[in-house]
Amino acid sequence: MSTLLQVRDLVKTYGTGEAATRVLRGLTLDLEAGEMAALLGPSGSGKSTLLTILGTLMKPTTGSYVMLGQDMIAADDAALTNFRNLHIGFVFQFHNLLPDFTALENVIFPTAVREGRETPAARTRGRDLLVRMGLADRIDFPTAKLSGGQKQRVAVARALMNGPELVLADEPTGNLDRASAIQVMELIGQINREEGTTFLISTHDEKIASLCRRQVVVGDGVVTG
Amino acid sequence: MLYALKIATRYLTANKAQTALLVTGVAVGVFIFIFMSALIGGLAEFILSRTVGDLSHITIEAETEDPALLISPEGHVLVVAERGRTRTATLAEAATWLPLIQAVSGVRAVSPQIAGAGFLTRGAQVAQVSVTGMEPGRESAILDLDGYMVEGKVRLGSGLVVVGRALADDLNLSLGQTLRLQSSNGVTAALTLSGIFKTGNGAMDNARAFVSLSTARTLFAMPQGVTKIEIKLNDLNAADETALRIRALTGLDAVPWTEGAEQLMEALDAQAQTGYFLKTFALITIVIGVASALLLSTYRRRPEIGIMRAMGAGRGFVIFVFVAQGALIGLMGGVMGAALGYLALLPFPSRDAFRPGTLPMDITQGSYGLAITLTVIGAILASILPARSAARVDPVTAIGQ
Repeated sequence: MSTLLQVRDLVKTYGTGEAATRVLRGLTLDLEAGEMAALLGPSGSGKSTLLTILGTLMKPTTGSYVMLGQDMIAADDAALTNFRNLHIGFVFQFHNLLPDFTALENVIFPTAVREGRETPAARTRGRDLLVRMGLADRIDFPTAKLSGGQKQRVAVARALMNGPELVLADEPTGNLDRASAIQVMELIGQINREEGTTFLISTHDEKIASLCRRQVVVGDGVVTG
Repeated sequence: MLYALKIATRYLTANKAQTALLVTGVAVGVFIFIFMSALIGGLAEFILSRTVGDLSHITIEAETEDPALLISPEGHVLVVAERGRTRTATLAEAATWLPLIQAVSGVRAVSPQIAGAGFLTRGAQVAQVSVTGMEPGRESAILDLDGYMVEGKVRLGSGLVVVGRALADDLNLSLGQTLRLQSSNGVTAALTLSGIFKTGNGAMDNARAFVSLSTARTLFAMPQGVTKIEIKLNDLNAADETALRIRALTGLDAVPWTEGAEQLMEALDAQAQTGYFLKTFALITIVIGVASALLLSTYRRRPEIGIMRAMGAGRGFVIFVFVAQGALIGLMGGVMGAALGYLALLPFPSRDAFRPGTLPMDITQGSYGLAITLTVIGAILASILPARSAARVDPVTAIGQ
């Protein structure tokens, strides 16, 4: 396996002066392409901050971050937006779908926003992904009419739409019942095995974490295990 | 950007009641804009038609000749030849120019006239009058004399005279009576009163007498030519340009009605300025309404904006989504307001049928296209601030909401 991303000595401090809070304290991490890793750690350990930085939504205070050979720290906002669109997918705890759009429209959003329109090819891929997620009968449903588990599966399909190398999932099962959680994790595992997409999944749930081949434990702003 | 337009449209249709209210608000602003345009424009038309409508729009008068001088080689004035004061300046070659002037674009009517002063006598009663000789058949070319007739007919034949109501009352005249009209040249003619008019203009009704051109030639000893040519235009606002064209064409001193009407023009200009202010306020209201609604929408949709940004939507895309919403609101509100304005103006009488006591609304001056264009531009400008605010949304904070 090749190295997908490298972070070195990541420091992230929120606020300034006496109110400054250092969340990451020199975190170093490598992720190989095709990995399926769980990110474990107590609340406030820096998991979400790390995912946000890896997702190029925020820059660290200091440290380096290289993904696919590109320096993510030096890149400007436009370059990061484009990079994120092409190479990184997100799955959030609360699915965060666009409420006024159908399941299919949500899934194809990342492609449509890049191409400036909803192409037939994008629709086809979006449908295929939803079918794969077991949502063949919910393709044109407004997201408001979907259950929590269905919404999360739509979110997974959306994260995969542009065929990203990395999918960052922040507590993707945290808001689901056990059955739905297992279903979503099985789908993620299947995609990881079949397409080689790298997953980094933040979770508090040891059982969910055990479904991943690697566990990365974060504590007090550094990787501890 | 087609996709951004789709997102914008979806946002607007997602909350139909809010969008409908917003569009209605814009439409009301556009309606006011159109109503004011029609009212101010109609009022100007009405004032002009009442003040200038019965006047000549362009007048060509004979220039008084300077005294002729015979000067010696040494520069001394030997002889000064000045014609008698009673002699009236004439446009001797008027007949040559009339067809040319009539052919000028925008000219509705041309009336060659002989004008002068005189005394109207009946028995022992004498009144000073201003005499105008006109060609039979062209009596109503400039002043709608036919429309003002209260007794008799306007037709001016040889030996006939038409006078104003007040003058007829002063001299206790009735139709068919014979009067004596003595011109300033000292020529006297016996004329039969064939009609009485009432314009509502005191000067006109008190001291004006109309005769035929042939009668006027006799009275003022003018076997050929006329003293002035009055010209009526289809559009009195085109008087300046048309006068220039006639000057260039004939070399005659064609004077538009606007010369000497500075006060009226200033008043109309002030009225137009008032209209501009009111219309500007209507536009400002639209801009503020759209801006505040979109700012609210921006705040409400912050999490979605964060998601879009996380999924790879650039700042430009987000800006376009909100600017497109503004443009769509402006377009819908503009078209709706213009349509409402047009429908509301339909019951009002047309500009040719304005009557005192009614609102002089001119449906043709609604500035519909301008109202829609300015509204769309205003709505786009109003959406820029919310759009920029949306583009600055931090996805991390927004998604965490």
